[in-house]
Amino acid sequence: MGEIINYWTFIYGPLAIFLVGVYGLLTQKNLFKLVISINIMDLGVNLYIIALGYMDNASAPIYTAKLAVTSSRFVDPVPQALVLTSIVISVAVTAFVLALVIKNYEKYNTLDLIKIKGIEND
Amino acid sequence: MKKFWAIITVLLILFFLGSGLIPDLKIYKQNNLSQKTGKVYLNRTVNDDSPFKEIDKKLYGEANDVENNAANSVTSVIVDYRALDTLGEVTVLFLAITGVIALLGKSKKNNRILFEKPNYILNASSKILLPLIVLFGFYIFIHGHITPGGGFQGGTIVAASVLMMYFAQNNYKLKNNRMKVLESFSGLSFLIFGLLGIFIMGDFLQNFLELGIMGKLFSGGLIPIIYILVGLKVSAELSNVVYEFMGEE
Amino acid sequence: MNSLYIASIFIFVVFVLSILAIESKNILKSILFLSAASIFTAIIFVVWKAPDVAMTEAAIGAGFTTFLFFIAYFKVDKLEKEN
Repeated sequence: MGEIINYWTFIYGPLAIFLVGVYGLLTQKNLFKLVISINIMDLGVNLYIIALGYMDNASAPIYTAKLAVTSSRFVDPVPQALVLTSIVISVAVTAFVLALVIKNYEKYNTLDLIKIKGIEND
Repeated sequence: MKKFWAIITVLLILFFLGSGLIPDLKIYKQNNLSQKTGKVYLNRTVNDDSPFKEIDKKLYGEANDVENNAANSVTSVIVDYRALDTLGEVTVLFLAITGVIALLGKSKKNNRILFEKPNYILNASSKILLPLIVLFGFYIFIHGHITPGGGFQGGTIVAASVLMMYFAQNNYKLKNNRMKVLESFSGLSFLIFGLLGIFIMGDFLQNFLELGIMGKLFSGGLIPIIYILVGLKVSAELSNVVYEFMGEE
Repeated sequence: MNSLYIASIFIFVVFVLSILAIESKNILKSILFLSAASIFTAIIFVVWKAPDVAMTEAAIGAGFTTFLFFIAYFKVDKLEKEN
């Protein structure tokens, strides 16, 4: 049972959240829903990268007066730095894409991707 | 029918990604840092009662030569070892904000979003809360090398205060030209400190100040200075995004 | 009950919330579900000993992005009423 929970927590849970985002990108037609799907993919990837650096019985990578004894009992700080970068990039991309969505609505008066492309829905 | 094919595609991706990942479960939880990092990093210690104290004794509050003397290791990765990455990250943020301003800035339909008339309590309390939120943001990015936090988080909190003013008062207007000046000033100062590193020490963004004592506010050399600049830049940029999204009168 | 089980439960919560965010018909509801998923992700980061990332996720992912979505939705709504 513990093994199954490990697999779910560290690999398949983040992967499942990522794939929910892929499913949303494939099925949704509303432009806001597409941006939300990209954000959900971000969440899954960030969880996966943080899980790579996790260690049992370790402490957060900050030197304090009482808690941390040596840095060999820290969790790995490098994935955390990468994910911090990724979150900030994701908010920049989201702001830009939302500006594009608003401009798109001003031009086409619709949020539906099918109507914008001019393809008949079957 | 469309959803059926979408689910089939997702399951195929799950099969290929998942089957490749199964043998790697061993690396979780028994992550051995000694295979990734050097002995110098592993034997760093900040307490007296450590088994490694004969090898490398560094006391919290007294030590003065642990590589860059930032208590927060994530901050030292972001601003010291990989500071060039942070410069690129700030550039990406700047480019995205430039795109937002180019798309929404001169639009004729870009009128201000007005809400229902806010009542007196909301109006007055938002003015009281504004300096407190700005102070909290500044606290977070000034103490980024000692406690969790840093420029990006603190900058977002400062921008959130602008967001609150826009939601609480219908006649509030951000002075966005000052924000642009602040943003370009802090971005330029980041580059200038990097170039000073070349002239004084020989490498871009290399530390040339005194390292100080670990755990004190004035420690870590260039780290707090660069994180304060990043915090000012991020707060100005995100405030400008709020200004452009809410529209002008 | 160690922290591993807490993290597994919260990952399941994030999974359910993200499905709800994609499948709900109302855009405002799906923005709120995305914000809730972001907050639970921040809690998982705290359990996994990453306080820096948790702060960033809570401030940027759950706070700022949600309000950007809201403002963009209000703007589109206003344009729809004008036409």
